[in-house]
Formats: sequence, C-alpha cells, structure tokens
Amino acid sequence: MARALMSGNHAAGYTLAMAGEANRDVRGCACGAYPITPQTEIIEVLREVKFTKGRVVPVESEHSAMGVCMGASLGGARSFTASSANGLSYMTENVFAAGYYRLPIVMVAVNRTLGPPWNIWADQGDSLALRDAAWIQFYTESHQELVDTTLLAFRVAEDRRVLLPAMVAMDGFIVSHTQMVVDLPEQEQVDRYLPNCNVPHRLTFEHATTIGGMTWPRETERHRKDIQEAMERVPAVLAEALDGFEHVFGRRPHGALTSEHTEDAEMVFIACNTMARTLRDVIAERRRRGEKVGLISHKLFRPYPRELLRKAIGSARKVGVLDRNHSPGSGGIFWQEAATSLRQRPDLIVQDYLVGLGGGDVTPKFINEIIDDLAARDTADEPVWEEVAV
Amino acid sequence: MSTTAVPKEYRDHLLRPGNTNCAGCGMSLGLQLIEQALDGDLPTIVIPACCGIVTAGQFPTSAYGVPIAASTFASAPAVATGLSVVAQLNGESHVTICWTGDGGTYDIGMATLSAAAERNEDMIYICYDNEIYGNTGGQRSSATPEGVKTTTTPFGKTERKKDIMAIMAAHGVPYAATLSVAHRDDFLRKFRTARARRGFRFFLILSPCPTGWKSEPDESVDLIQLAVRSGLFPLYEVFDGTRYRINIRPDGTPIEEYMKRQRRYKSETIDPEHIKAGIRAQWHYLETMARAFPADGAS
Repeated sequence: MARALMSGNHAAGYTLAMAGEANRDVRGCACGAYPITPQTEIIEVLREVKFTKGRVVPVESEHSAMGVCMGASLGGARSFTASSANGLSYMTENVFAAGYYRLPIVMVAVNRTLGPPWNIWADQGDSLALRDAAWIQFYTESHQELVDTTLLAFRVAEDRRVLLPAMVAMDGFIVSHTQMVVDLPEQEQVDRYLPNCNVPHRLTFEHATTIGGMTWPRETERHRKDIQEAMERVPAVLAEALDGFEHVFGRRPHGALTSEHTEDAEMVFIACNTMARTLRDVIAERRRRGEKVGLISHKLFRPYPRELLRKAIGSARKVGVLDRNHSPGSGGIFWQEAATSLRQRPDLIVQDYLVGLGGGDVTPKFINEIIDDLAARDTADEPVWEEVAV
Repeated sequence: MSTTAVPKEYRDHLLRPGNTNCAGCGMSLGLQLIEQALDGDLPTIVIPACCGIVTAGQFPTSAYGVPIAASTFASAPAVATGLSVVAQLNGESHVTICWTGDGGTYDIGMATLSAAAERNEDMIYICYDNEIYGNTGGQRSSATPEGVKTTTTPFGKTERKKDIMAIMAAHGVPYAATLSVAHRDDFLRKFRTARARRGFRFFLILSPCPTGWKSEPDESVDLIQLAVRSGLFPLYEVFDGTRYRINIRPDGTPIEEYMKRQRRYKSETIDPEHIKAGIRAQWHYLETMARAFPADGAS
C-alpha cells in the first residue's frame, strides 16, 4: 500500500487503471474517454498508463465514450470511464443502454452543476438525473472512500448475481481538485481483490447472438424485473465485497449507509459526499453540548437501501435531508427517496433542505441553521431553500 | 436482456431466410453479397437503429447467423471501436463491421463516424443508403436527392444530397468505395480489397427501397443498373483518401429511365436537366481526381 498525497482525480484515475490492468490475464480492458471539467485529469492519467492488455480510446464525445465502453464490454473486456455534468447528460442515451444491456462498466462521475447557466462547481444533480438508468450509484465523502468504492464497484458490478454498471460519484473540485493523503493499493493487491472480469453475454462465435433485438411487452417486463431483482441483490453482494476488501487491504470501507449517533437520536440528518463530512463535525460538536442528534452518510443511492435506512433512523422523531440537487417542481432527490422509504412512519417529520446548490460552500454555520430549523419544527413543510452563497 | 441464440446449423448464412426485409430490399442483396465476399470468415456486426436491426426479427428469434450488437442510433462506430479494440488486444483476426442506414451515417451518426475514421479504427463501415428514413416510414435525410418527395418533403426536397464519399475520402481513410448490388463481380472484388487492408474502410451502397422509392420490388436490381449506367451512382474506389480509381463509367443511359420507375421522383419541381447537370459535375470532379491522383497498381 503506497501512501501518497494526491487529488481526487488522480486517485480515481490510478484506481481505474489498476482495475483495468488486473484483467490482463483474460480479455484485458478498453474504454472510451472524453474530457470535461472537472473530470479531465482522470482521463489524462488513463491515457498515460501503459497497460499490458488495454487501450483507452480518445473519442469525440461522451456519447461515444460510453459507446466504446459498451463495445469493449460486449467484447468481454473490463471497461470504465469518467464524466461530469453536461457530459453525463450528453452521454445519457448510452448510459441507459449500458444499464439495459447489463454491461458491468464502472464510471466515475465528478459531480458538477448542470448548465446553463454555466457553473463548474459541485452539485449532485448531474449523476442523480441518471438514477433511473439501471446503474448502481455510489456517493463518496473523501479521496480514500473514492479509491475504495471504485474497487468495490468493480466487484459488485461484475458479480454474476448483479451484472449492472456502477457509477462512483465525488464532489467536483472539493474532492477532484484538492489533495489528500490516500492509501493507494498496490497492483498486486488489486489483482488479488478483483476476479477476472467475465461478461457472460459477450459476443462469441461459439454462441452467435443478436444482442438488443426487438421484444414484445412481455419480454420487456421480464427484462426490467430481472434488473430490479439484480438491484435487490446488491446490498448482500456489497457486504461480501466489503469482507473481501478487508481481507485483502486490512481495512473496511463504509457500507451502503453509515450511521453515527443515531441510537438515541431525536433528530437524524442525511447527507452524501463532502457535505456528510461537514455534517459529521457539526453533529459531533452538538453531541458534546448534549443534543440528541445523529447522522447518516448516504453512500449507496441505487439500489436505494430502504430497509437499511428504516433501521438506521431507529426511534428518531425528525429526519432532515440535505440535498445538493434540485428536481424542479418537486424538491431534493434524496428527500423524495427518504420520504417514500419512511412512509410507514407517519409520526416522523421528514424535512428537505436544498443546500449548496450550484456548489455553494456548505459551512458548519449553515448546517447549524438547518439543525436549529428542524429542532423548532412541529410538522414537515415544503423543501426549505437554505441559501449559502454570498 | 434480449440475447438471441442462433442455432448452430444455421450459422452458415449471415442473413438467414425468414427475415423481415421487404421484397426487393437492397439490404437482402447487399448482405448476401457480403457473405460471399467474406469467403467463409465470420464477422462481428454492429447495427444501429435502422431497418437492419428490425430485420433480425422478434426476440427470441434472429435472422442473423453471426454475432450482432444493436447499438443506439448514433453509436455504431463507437461500439464497433470497443469490439475491434478488444479483438485486437486478444489477437483475434475477425472483421468488425458496421451495417448502417443513411440516417445513421449522413445525419445522426456523422460525428461518431468521422471520429472513428479519424482514429483509423480497424473496421469495415458499410452504409446501405436508401436515401430515406425507411424505418420510420420514409422521411428525408441529408442523403435524399434534391427534388425527391418524402413524407417530410411533400413538395420535393429543396436541398442537395450530401457527398458522403468525398467526406470520407477527405478523412484519408485507407479505403473508401461505392458498391452496386447490381454489379456482383465489382462488389465482391472491392469488398475483398477492403478485407485485405487494415484500418477504417468505408463502403457506400445505393440500396433500393421499393417501399420508400415507390418502385416495383422486382425492379430493384434494374434500378441500380440504371443508376450506375446513367452516371447517377458512380462506381469508384479511393485509396488512402488520395488515389482514385473509377470502376465503371456511364454508358449514356438517360436518367429519365431511372426516375420514371419511381414515384418519389414524380414531382413538378424536378427538372431532369438540373439532375443531369449535377451528374456531369460529379463526373467532371471524379475524372479530374482519377487523372490527377490515379490509383495505379493499388489493390
């Protein structure tokens, strides 16, 4: 394990490269890559790597980047890419196609505000817009969690019981462009951790198939249900992947949800990505003051871990959801999911806070204001806009 | 997941009987000629949204006897790039083919096509050009000839047909050629020429579409004969984007013979003299190029 100071983008690039290299004894790795701020360094790293059996194709668009990844995966190779914001929007058609084709591609999504107006700062709206694309979605707090989760993503995505692509999100600039000390695995460890990639429905001459022909509603319903069932198997497969991770790397990354101080909490706050880290500091401070508050760091968003969330909320009476995203005409997307999942608890107050949209800096001051707001509430209301930008 | 198993005993045909192509479809002729020109080799084929993927039929059946990946409309050369790269990494020699319509080539897939050609990816890209969005019922594309009636040009198209061959030649690809389903020997020779080269190879087939052209299915081959003989569809090949060879020259057959057998050309806005002037200009360009940059000895 090499301990090094590096940016989130470099950490992601090296991790993807090691995962690709780890497949050199079988079909190798191949992918399409296209730059977009703030993801660019990831593909710069990938283009520098000398793979034993792999190629990174510098394509003309995100749409084609995912197209090449699909072709590579249909050819049986390990495949991965990275994008952000409008790049993800432009890629969308093929993101859905990769999900519906059950191709275990891993994509790092560097969360950035969707334009216009043009804004390069962190906002989860870009990857959340792809939540229905039959992809597993992870959201990560830190550089280290990004590295660890990217490796977990390959394990889960390529698992025969799952076979779905996986997206690993990090905050643009806050993680992508800041440097932190990271334990970067050795290639030998990644080789041990990741089994050879096997895409069982890859194109072969031995069993010539037409992948993607037309279906009637009956087959399509079955196809969607198969995907739902595969999604439902993800939490258990992820738990195994975490065990395996601990065995190889000697430490255990966060699971689907990480709850802290929730056992006796009256109020629980939910956040993802770097907001969860700030939230953790604020909650610790308020705990020291004797306040019964807790937090859930939300890592796995697809499949949505409903059961885990219900358990994690425990006996709390109030839930505050911090959403750095906005579904116009509704509210925060994490809140929509949480509120739906907690509908069996009509006694609960589930309040949404739209905070840090467009990359506004969510400092402890604003999180404290949110905690104070929820403490004073007797009922839930429409999503609250907590404006942080000055 | 819709993966369609093809029984082993049928794997000798690229396109099997029982497919859903209309009678007289240029695709049926083109795919059979390609199978002959492959001389027993099996390709992997990427087909974007177009009649070509409808041809496969309904899951769980498939009319194709080789591995097929259906791609999104604009993505065939991108998906084929992934397949081709993995095949190369693993030392596999089979050819990766893109089989696409004119909509996927001239219009929505133009950027993807241009990029794959610029990268010189190892594949054979074939556009079966029926000059129309056939799958959606016959709308204009940028391959539709000037004057022709389609459902979205009910008074005749007012713009010229895009010269895709010139565009591909300008990319400097190793090989680009036109293919006629009415000229078997020329078709087979040029397809084999392409197979002997590596990198990005491009073919344009003028593909008769009785449904869209409002022509008789049993006249499809005759129509392509007339298109070649009148000079409307020149048969030629371009090596490395720089060396030209004309394969068959027009024999003076009037273009009216071609036009009068297709109701899509029945429009008062069409002036045959205007079309003839366009054909003369095209041939002037081609003859000039073939004289200045001959493909002597190229194969």
